[in-house]
Amino acid sequence: MDYKIIPSICSYCGCGCGVLFQVLDGRLTGTLPMKTHPVNQGKLCIKGWNLHEHVISDKRLTSPMVKKDGQLQEASWDEAIRITADRLQAIIKDHGPDSVGVLVSAKITNEENYLAQKFARAVVGTNNVDHCARL
Amino acid sequence: MTNSIAEIEDAACIFVIGSNTTVCHPLIARRIFRAKEKGAKLIVADPRNIHLARFADVAVTHRLGSDVALLNGIMHIIIKNDWHLKTYIQDRTEGFDEFKAVVEAYTPDKVEAITGVVRTDLERMAELYATNSPAALLYTMGITQHTTGVDNVKSCCNIAMLCGNVGVRSGGVNPLRGQNNVQGACDMGGLPNVFPAYQVVTVEGNNKKFAKAWGKELPDQVGYTITDMVQAMLDGKLKALYVIGENPKLSDPDQNHIITAFEKLELLVCQDIFLSETAEQADVVFAAVSVAEKEGTFTNSERRCLKVNKAIDPVGDALTDWEIISRLSTAMGYEMSYEGAEEIFQEMTPLTPSYAGMSYERLGLDGLQWPCPDSQHPGTEFLHANQFARGKGLFHGVEYLDPAEMPDDEYPYFLTTGRTFSHYHTGTMTRVSKNLDAEQKTGYVEIHPRDAEKLALQNGDTVNLTTRRGAIQAPARISEQVKPGLLFVPFHFAENPANALTNSAFDPIAKIPEYKVCAVKIEKAA
Repeated sequence: MDYKIIPSICSYCGCGCGVLFQVLDGRLTGTLPMKTHPVNQGKLCIKGWNLHEHVISDKRLTSPMVKKDGQLQEASWDEAIRITADRLQAIIKDHGPDSVGVLVSAKITNEENYLAQKFARAVVGTNNVDHCARL
Repeated sequence: MTNSIAEIEDAACIFVIGSNTTVCHPLIARRIFRAKEKGAKLIVADPRNIHLARFADVAVTHRLGSDVALLNGIMHIIIKNDWHLKTYIQDRTEGFDEFKAVVEAYTPDKVEAITGVVRTDLERMAELYATNSPAALLYTMGITQHTTGVDNVKSCCNIAMLCGNVGVRSGGVNPLRGQNNVQGACDMGGLPNVFPAYQVVTVEGNNKKFAKAWGKELPDQVGYTITDMVQAMLDGKLKALYVIGENPKLSDPDQNHIITAFEKLELLVCQDIFLSETAEQADVVFAAVSVAEKEGTFTNSERRCLKVNKAIDPVGDALTDWEIISRLSTAMGYEMSYEGAEEIFQEMTPLTPSYAGMSYERLGLDGLQWPCPDSQHPGTEFLHANQFARGKGLFHGVEYLDPAEMPDDEYPYFLTTGRTFSHYHTGTMTRVSKNLDAEQKTGYVEIHPRDAEKLALQNGDTVNLTTRRGAIQAPARISEQVKPGLLFVPFHFAENPANALTNSAFDPIAKIPEYKVCAVKIEKAA
């Protein structure tokens, strides 16, 4: 049996509580509060205690999907990326970069947000970047 | 937040307005209770009779959308009693005289007429806030999600400056962030007008700096906000939308309007961990990984950049968001190849002055609070210690304005929306959790017993709610958490979508929609 605890941060509200993910033989089995963390000092709310449950949900997406004949169908990464890149490039060519919008996210990491806005600005060429801070 | 979460427990007074803290930020609420134990005074102002109000020294349920009038009324009394901090105002602020002239007109009688808060409560709030120092002011979307959201925030800043509470330990103006990395998404330039660290895109020097770093000429016009994007989709100007980790179909106001807007797109791409309501409508869906499957950082409400660590391998073929973006970018002819999240962090920090001194090694388990400008800097517990970002703090004289929609004969009730304790936002994460789902399985509408009696409603009866934008059905929950004339609907539930009802009227500056106020009709379902 291989049991590990991995320190991380809760991804629900903006408190930023320290959590410990419990991993048994590569499976996520629980969430514990981090005792030394400056925000939560060993406590969690009901959402935090159940943080792992959404991760292990059988409703998770496990593959990219592409709409074919009006239905979303599983696809390979190469296909999903290629289709998106081609269609985005065609739209940019026909209507200009400002015909594209990118919604970045309060759920993803700083690194990913940095990269997403870099993608909008440097790759697409638009400042149409926003996220749900207002919502 | 100007200040830090831990500081709250040493405040002498805590003023909570438009924040259902025990429900939405439980581990911040804990600091409020700690402060109470140490003798702090607690003021709670919320249109609903929230849980935290039970512990308050004074709690008021002001009329929905009347925050500016309420705060002006409190400040009127503070100035009349000469409780304001004159040395602080003189040394650290400007615009006081103009502001004072505006507040002068907000007499207790006038404020009571607008807000429904009686004079004695106004006086008590003013006295507690002004005579117990330091006082921390906490707010969330109850302040911001209004057509007067910016006015509301300015009023919060006014009262904090009036009593010298900005730039002091355990004081401050503290918006509590609703999502784990809203702060970081803003800090990283996930906004149409700024690069990382709020470097404005229209300033030539900033534009050149990023153009050089990224090896590409960059647009120098401000882009669309999310609110503008919806209109641009309807007008046919925005043809493609790439949505990462969001569910605008449930989270945006006026849902029917959004669905029509999405139908007009040529390309909708969604990147998510679940097939959200928005993803169901997409042309392409990218499967992303959850928090437990990746490395990176989140920045919490108190500006603390915290390290997230990978606990398990990705589920199925899912990829991290940064890998998906890199692959898409490379496919579009701009190569992005990173070894891992840390390499991206190292590219970001030299371009982002407030994060410049951070590294994964330095973050450790406790993280670092920005600004952290160099590798020796310990991080910053509270902002504006010696001066404000702009030099002197600016008072704004703010006049009260009605919400965009007020009840009338046809739509006689006020409607407000919010979260519940066991669910989160559009429910994609919490409703798949057995334990959280068990706490609350469906949406509902809170209605005061007196109103329920008028409509001959029993607990659990299905009601129809109708606004000028749409209609939903939901079971009634008879509760004194709302006042007569006010209804509350949580927005987590796709089958009773609160945002089919809400008003997309928005603040002219912040472009934030008025989720918190609209007029609604309620009928018992046949």
